[in-house]
Amino acid sequence: MKNFAYTRAETVAGAVALLSRQANSKFLGGGTNLVDLMRENIEHPDALIDVTELTSSGISEQANGSVLIGAAVRNSDVANHRLIRERYPVLSQAILFGASGQIRNMATTGGNLMQRTRCYYFYDEAAGCNKRNPGSGCDAIGGFNRMHAILGTSESCIATHPSDMCVALAALDAVVHVAGPEGERTIPFEEFHRLPGTTPHIETSLRPDELITSVELPALEFARNSRYRKVRDRASYAFALVSVAAALEVSGGKIAKVRLAMGGVSHKPWRARRAEDVLSGSPANVESFRAAAAVELSEARGFGHNDFKIELAQRVIVGVLSELAGLGEAQ
Amino acid sequence: MTELELDVAGHCTAQITLRINGENHTLELEPRVSLLDALRERAGLTGTKKGCNQGACGACTVLVNGRRTLSCLALAVQFEGKEITTIEGLADEGTLHPLQAAFIEDDGFQCGYCTPGQICSAVGMIREFREGMPSAVTNGGPLEFSDEEIKERMSGNLCRCGAYVGICDAIRGTFQSGAAL
Repeated sequence: MKNFAYTRAETVAGAVALLSRQANSKFLGGGTNLVDLMRENIEHPDALIDVTELTSSGISEQANGSVLIGAAVRNSDVANHRLIRERYPVLSQAILFGASGQIRNMATTGGNLMQRTRCYYFYDEAAGCNKRNPGSGCDAIGGFNRMHAILGTSESCIATHPSDMCVALAALDAVVHVAGPEGERTIPFEEFHRLPGTTPHIETSLRPDELITSVELPALEFARNSRYRKVRDRASYAFALVSVAAALEVSGGKIAKVRLAMGGVSHKPWRARRAEDVLSGSPANVESFRAAAAVELSEARGFGHNDFKIELAQRVIVGVLSELAGLGEAQ
Repeated sequence: MTELELDVAGHCTAQITLRINGENHTLELEPRVSLLDALRERAGLTGTKKGCNQGACGACTVLVNGRRTLSCLALAVQFEGKEITTIEGLADEGTLHPLQAAFIEDDGFQCGYCTPGQICSAVGMIREFREGMPSAVTNGGPLEFSDEEIKERMSGNLCRCGAYVGICDAIRGTFQSGAAL
């Protein structure tokens, strides 16, 4: 790893000013992804600004009923927090289905949003990768692409976003609070991560000089009935092939409210809005769930090794919704 | 504000004091030095092992303020003022820590390379369980210290000899004994 300057910032404004002043600098959270990428020579900043001790380290309820999670709160503390477990169980579960106990103790909320793909071609300096080296092509297309995306792909990139936590945040309509040289602003979660298009190296709508300060979960009463399900090659400590975060409210046999998002299928956490539209007002039965899943996956495209994800994603959606509707395990 | 700047030759070192197993170690370190390398190469504490050096195997697990942490993915400069416990700090003046004794009793290892990480991870894991932290297999129900829970919670520690049965026995026995960790 090449050497770099290190600063432990004490205020948000100070950290943001420093980032603008120092060329090629980056914020450092728990380091679980960035340190690895630096060791692999994928990231090579000249300066790191440690932000683990300057944003809120707490989780608090706001006057409007929303819950605010400080950017520096560790993943395990989010998963274990009473408010999260009671009101947003899908978020607690998603975090617990990701990484290992050690990594969850280290990784921060803000850092989880900023983690980069685990596409093997992104990590392999000898391979073509438009994300690592714009213009060098995408060796995953036509290569070994079992883990890769089926929705929202482009000719430039078929990488997936690796986070479990972010899939739950997409379903919950979270809001990302950021601070920059011009002050603070908020970014709706769905707009935070980007599809690859022709610029897969630009992964988020966070500006280069902005810092994530917190993530807000809007009040969502029916999210108490929510679940995360993840399908992977190992029973534990593996990235998702397909995952689903869902919340459901059934009233009089009909779907009154629903939230649905998928992981492991796209360059960003995939909010399944088309399926939600089909589901809203429909009878809460397996036929409705299957129809909605089919609509959501109708434009999915496989690349050979990952073709199975198109069917798998539909089955996981049907399984999770059936469970939330109290129908047991649908086949 | 702590600031370590590169000089014109691109060098940057600073004196950093790490508190390891109850003792202060003042070390001259570059920011790029991992906590793992600082422990092994600078503080002379080679009990913590380097396996994959990329966060996949858990051999480098230590406790930071009582929480299990991968020292290979951690930069040492981030750990000033924190209480770091390595495998060397678990025994109490010649008396083995209950988990160390249990690993011997239950054959929780073969080559022993992953063992320091397994034991430090298990100390943190049992604490997490006793504090009521759920896992991916808890499924909303009451917490029960089952083999399924042990396997899920210890999945960040690999043993390539395959001593998992003994490792599970040692952890389960230590938990059931109610020993203070």
